[in-house]
Amino acid sequence: MELLVASAIGILTAGGIYLMLRLRTFPVILGISLLTYAVNVFLFASGRLTVGAAPILRDDVSGYADPLPQALVLTAIVISFGMTAVVVMIGLGAFLGSEDDHVDDPKGPVDDLAGGGS
Amino acid sequence: MTHWMIAPVVLPAMLAAFIVLAARHHLAIQRAVSVAGVLALIAIALGLAWEVSGGAILLYQLGDWAAPFGIVLVGDRLSTGMVLLTAVLALFVLLYAIGSGWDDRGWHFHALFQFQLMGLMGAFLTGDLFNLFVFFEVLLIASYGLMIHAGGNARLRAGVQYVLFNLVGSTLFLFALGSIYAQTGTLNMADLAGRVTAIDPEDTVGIRVASVLLLLVFAIKAAVVPLHFWLPSSYAEAPAPVAALFAIMTKVGAYAIIRVYTLIFPPDLAVTAGLHDLWLMPAALLSLALGMVGVLAAKRLDRLVAFSIIGSMGMVMVSIALFTPEGIAAALYYIVHSTLAGAALFLISDLVRTGRADLELTPQPPVAGTTLTAGLFFVGAIAMVGLPPLSGFLGKLLVMQAAYDAPLMAWIWAVVLGSSLISLVGFSRAGSILFWKAESIAPQDNDPARPRPAALSYVAVGGLIALLAAHTVLAGQVQAYATTMAAQLFAPDPYVSTVIDTPGKLHPPKEDP
Repeated sequence: MELLVASAIGILTAGGIYLMLRLRTFPVILGISLLTYAVNVFLFASGRLTVGAAPILRDDVSGYADPLPQALVLTAIVISFGMTAVVVMIGLGAFLGSEDDHVDDPKGPVDDLAGGGS
Repeated sequence: MTHWMIAPVVLPAMLAAFIVLAARHHLAIQRAVSVAGVLALIAIALGLAWEVSGGAILLYQLGDWAAPFGIVLVGDRLSTGMVLLTAVLALFVLLYAIGSGWDDRGWHFHALFQFQLMGLMGAFLTGDLFNLFVFFEVLLIASYGLMIHAGGNARLRAGVQYVLFNLVGSTLFLFALGSIYAQTGTLNMADLAGRVTAIDPEDTVGIRVASVLLLLVFAIKAAVVPLHFWLPSSYAEAPAPVAALFAIMTKVGAYAIIRVYTLIFPPDLAVTAGLHDLWLMPAALLSLALGMVGVLAAKRLDRLVAFSIIGSMGMVMVSIALFTPEGIAAALYYIVHSTLAGAALFLISDLVRTGRADLELTPQPPVAGTTLTAGLFFVGAIAMVGLPPLSGFLGKLLVMQAAYDAPLMAWIWAVVLGSSLISLVGFSRAGSILFWKAESIAPQDNDPARPRPAALSYVAVGGLIALLAAHTVLAGQVQAYATTMAAQLFAPDPYVSTVIDTPGKLHPPKEDP
């Protein structure tokens, strides 16, 4: 089981980093999503891998799973989900505004609205 | 247990919710609530700082759960000092945003501003690494909204880069936290301080990886070269008041490095020997040099200021990387200076923009209010470059004095002095093009008349400059207090025992003999 989980984390991370280094917004967002999946599994495994163990103290149980990483993972999932939604919206706005979804700085000047909407 | 400890976190959160829900369409109410909230924050921060100034450690256990099981907020001299600095900066930034009308150019400025304050205050006060992550995310989410406030293509594109870079940073943070938890079984900072020393020196792979990952995360936040790429575009494109508030965000990274690498991984710790003490200093020197070269190379005023932020963060990191009490004390003095000077310069660059078509460093006809703006720019540039008489000079002296016994002393002095000269040339060039060459350009008749900046804008910038002057005049007192902060950091036993031994729910009972 350790081998399976470890290689899953490794493959997700490798794929995430590869996609993250691409030039366009969409693959980069996908890469970051893969990376957050990897880190969620990693966090989950940081409390040691157990099967069928109870997370809450009971009288008739002797072995327990660590409940804290599960709480941490829950927080991390919520945050990464929200963040992905935010970056999709901002990326979409940037793409629709300039018909261009490269993540790097544009070569020429973009039509500069830096003075604000007024 | 005083409940005032949590007020800097709860108050902005409540106000932000109130602004969104109740005052969404009433800008005047939003402004009043926001300013009142920040004033209250300053009062609370002053109270907290006063309470810990004698050396006490304030502890707040959320829900009365004892550490390390519960979440704690801890206030010592450093964290309350940073809270006070944030609150004071927020007041002037807010006044500028109101005076210049930036808060009227998009939605929810004040709500996001309050959420940003909540995240900043929480990050400074928390005593738990996972909570530090959560507060980082709170301040980042708010900063994403603020960064693209008022929209525009250039700003949105810079926003995408900023968000993506910070998402990667957050993921790294989680990897670091996972490794630390797997190695030690706790994420409470005080508890970690004890457990890390108990790690077997033969089996340190996990904790060393975690230590470096964590330093990388904080270095991203502090914009240490080569992890600074997110900063120039996003700070330059962000609305000026937002960029001015962001001047404290890089300091959150510096604060986290100071906190974690004196409390959990102190410089004399065996298991992490030869890691950050080896390469943090060269990276810091590189940031200082590269930031100031960027000042000289910048073609636009806002990018120039952004690069000067990188340079001044480099100076802070040089001082931190010494990892001596004198170095940390000098860094703390310089952090206050660099926050105020950076914020003032961003606001001044917006004053310049009010009078010009763009911020390109090209001669353009002079505009109304040039004299005052030029004067303010002159003072701000002197502060940032570090010329006498302002606090940048004193801060630089303190850093150089602290580095006198360091092994890399020659390098540090050379880079600090050389980069000062380069930035001096850069700022002089920018100032003379913007303000002096403008006199030789005749205004064209068809130019639209540009309005003078509002008086409140000048009040806000003048307030920051006045604070810089006060920081210079009271340098002796501030430096003495920074020394006591550093002394407290290098003697962490009261901090640890306060957090661990204060009783609460689930506190392990003392064994009877």
